[in-house]
Amino acid sequence: MDAPEIIVTLAGLALAAFVVWYFFFSTRQVVSAVSSSGGVQEVAINVKGGYTPDVIEVECGKPVQLHFYRDEENSCSEEVLFPDFSVRRELPAFKTTLVELLPEKVGTYAFTCGMGMLRGSLVVK
Amino acid sequence: MEPTTKTETLDIEGMTCASCAAFVEKSLTRTPGVQRAVVNFATEKATIDYVPTQASPTSLKEAVVNAGYGVIERVPDTSAAERNAEIDRQKALAYLKLKQRFWVAAGLALLIMPLSMLMLWPALMQQVNMQWLNYSLLLLTLPVLFYSGREFYSSAWNGFKHRAANMDTLIAVGTGAAFLYSLAATIVPGFFMRRGIMPEVYYDTTATIIALILLGKVLELRAKTQTSAAIRALIGLQAKTACVVRPGGQEVDVPIEQVQLGDLIVVRPGEKVATDGLVTEGHSAVDEAMLTGESLPVDKKPGDAVFGATLNKTGSFRFQVTKVGADTMLAQIVKLVEDAQGSRAPIQRLADKVSAIFVPTVVVIAILTFVVWFDLAPVEARLPLALVNFVAVLIIACPCALGLATPTAIMVATGKGAEHGVLIRNAEALEKAHQVNTVLLDKTGTITRGEPAVTDFVPAAGQDATALLELVAAVERQSEHPLAEAVVRYAETQQVAALPATAFRAVEGKGAVATISGQAVLVGNLRLLNEAGVRLTPALEQQAQQLLAQAKTVLYVATEGQAAGLIGVADTVRESSAAAIQRLQAMGIEVVMMTGDNPQTAAQVAGQVGIKRYFAEVLPQDKASKVKELQAEGRTVAMVGDGINDAPALAQADIGLAMGAGTDVAMEAAGITLMRSDLSGVVTAIELSRQTIRTIKQNLFFAFIYNTLGIPVAAGLLYPFFGILLSPMLAAGAMALSSVSVLTNSLRLRSFSHR
Ligand SMILES: [Cu+2]
Repeated sequence: MDAPEIIVTLAGLALAAFVVWYFFFSTRQVVSAVSSSGGVQEVAINVKGGYTPDVIEVECGKPVQLHFYRDEENSCSEEVLFPDFSVRRELPAFKTTLVELLPEKVGTYAFTCGMGMLRGSLVVK
Repeated sequence: MEPTTKTETLDIEGMTCASCAAFVEKSLTRTPGVQRAVVNFATEKATIDYVPTQASPTSLKEAVVNAGYGVIERVPDTSAAERNAEIDRQKALAYLKLKQRFWVAAGLALLIMPLSMLMLWPALMQQVNMQWLNYSLLLLTLPVLFYSGREFYSSAWNGFKHRAANMDTLIAVGTGAAFLYSLAATIVPGFFMRRGIMPEVYYDTTATIIALILLGKVLELRAKTQTSAAIRALIGLQAKTACVVRPGGQEVDVPIEQVQLGDLIVVRPGEKVATDGLVTEGHSAVDEAMLTGESLPVDKKPGDAVFGATLNKTGSFRFQVTKVGADTMLAQIVKLVEDAQGSRAPIQRLADKVSAIFVPTVVVIAILTFVVWFDLAPVEARLPLALVNFVAVLIIACPCALGLATPTAIMVATGKGAEHGVLIRNAEALEKAHQVNTVLLDKTGTITRGEPAVTDFVPAAGQDATALLELVAAVERQSEHPLAEAVVRYAETQQVAALPATAFRAVEGKGAVATISGQAVLVGNLRLLNEAGVRLTPALEQQAQQLLAQAKTVLYVATEGQAAGLIGVADTVRESSAAAIQRLQAMGIEVVMMTGDNPQTAAQVAGQVGIKRYFAEVLPQDKASKVKELQAEGRTVAMVGDGINDAPALAQADIGLAMGAGTDVAMEAAGITLMRSDLSGVVTAIELSRQTIRTIKQNLFFAFIYNTLGIPVAAGLLYPFFGILLSPMLAAGAMALSSVSVLTNSLRLRSFSHR
């Protein structure tokens, strides 16, 4: 093995390790971005390559209003899906779209983009 | 004293869907003093009954504002249809922009490719300055990168910040690596040459990949709009205006949003029915195919229900509005189809899991591919080979075909179902239906019409049939008994003259008596005749026994104290039942019947439609346990029922099919609702389910096989044995084709039609 091979091998392995750690194991920000007004739990979510915040804590039994603001035109984020609530909603670019849910059971419910690559979760407590 | 209530109507602002309406409604209902609140999403109006001493318009408005919505003073301009139009406008614009970006990329790629190939002709290369050529290629590639491909890079970067990797990540990293390498080779070729490497550039790879991926996206977007075409078509069915009769009798055309409950609406021939209601006067035939799939026009007379979006064919009629906006049948169908399209099928779970971890995994594989090629390839070619294979792996692995496989098929299938009058509640129901091997039919209302009809009209010897029927019909028109209704319907089909009846008297539990044209006419059971001292002739006696043996109800007729005839009444089998049952049996499904009737009647009906196994004398509360019984035999059971008392059995079955949209309870409990009261809907539902699952499986197979085979080939696994490498450009072409082929396969479901 010559020097470039050693460098490429080590750098490659380090990079692969970083990718695995960054996408699968690094700790995610858990935000319970809940503001209550008149019994409705409102959460503002920014959509740009992902959901910010992407972990949302809400209380059980109270209606939830999620304000999705899609801050990009990229096609990947054009739909948001809550499979457990049978909700599929189109998000027009640079507009806020409301999604209303009534969580009636405690648990964690995933929401994703149309292809399931952007992910977030709704934690019902 | 009961407090008097007042009614207030508010225009609500900011509702985007039916559940918004439910929120506002809930908030209003909880407000002290409110007795009833109905929020209509389509018309954006709230109608509230409240006690003026406890609530006021101000407190009502507050309740709406607290729920997160606004109250406006006039009718809002932004209706749901306009918001849909806004989304459509945006989509059209995005499609246009995408096409532009594609054409720019394609045009430049077509210039870049031949220029890059100059290297293949050494004689030509002598004439051209390599430096100059590379710089011109770079200049041509920059617009492709920064105009056509910009979205991939920004999306990849935004995703990276969120620790989310999407398909754009792969394209961005792949083309980005090829471009950066080429850039270095262009700017500092000496660096490469000193190390014995030809400073090759890959601008053609970069530009072509972007052009091909964009081509895939253009085709994808076009096909995608077709998958949701069915629901757009449904929404488009709604009438825009209605002709309302004002209290003064004057007829005015008003926008559909202004139609209120209780309004009287005129429908002329060829017009759409504006909303749901009950016919008050006039006769007509109405085409309801768009809601029920029933191809024949349905006759409407006073008292019949009509539905919005259906088409009035022949006559003119008036109806009173009973439902508006989101409560109408059309709105409910749209909602149901939308819900189904938002749900996920269990079959998709694997694909979901895979696509979540897919992209980072592919990036790791690509990095390792790079390392291995760099380490093992001959020194002079190791960098280009490592790079080309790295890019190929990234590009071929794009998982969008996987993400499209299930939802597109479900979208097309649920839309198609609605077109046939088969409403599917969710993707799970659609998936379950294909496993069914036993269909349990509740006899009354599914196999049979569920209402008595005259099957035999037997005048006594010497009686004129028409004259007798005229007399009988005249008596029965006055009666409200269901059997009497059947006789009247029969008389109508025979088109006998209507005679006036006097001295009508209903005899509880026995029948009715009246005087017609001076004759006393009795219609009822045997006791009625016996008590009037009327004796049956031996011939009539024998005919009555025959009818009773066929499990029919017999009505006896006497005129002027003499037995005049018999009427046999029974619940009749629908014409379509036997054919539909045969069809199910041909599909390998066993059809079982259950009924509350005695074994004799059950056997008779079962024999008539070709059913071999049946349960007789089943009490309503035992229906669910009959389903369990079949399930205990290891069968996957579809239960078909129509009534409220079928709800537990519908819920117990593996898949419940509610027939006729009449009862909401049955609809709630059922996975599938058949709009038409006809067993052929069951065949349609199961066939549609089977075809959809087949399509999904094909789609998943295409997507998986393509990725699982494509990645190792791209990584160069075949190279040591066969010398095969996958060019990144070929990978891009295949990738673009994969999602298009999955979409096309799903769209094939649009040609579904049973029979
Ligand atoms: Cu893709």
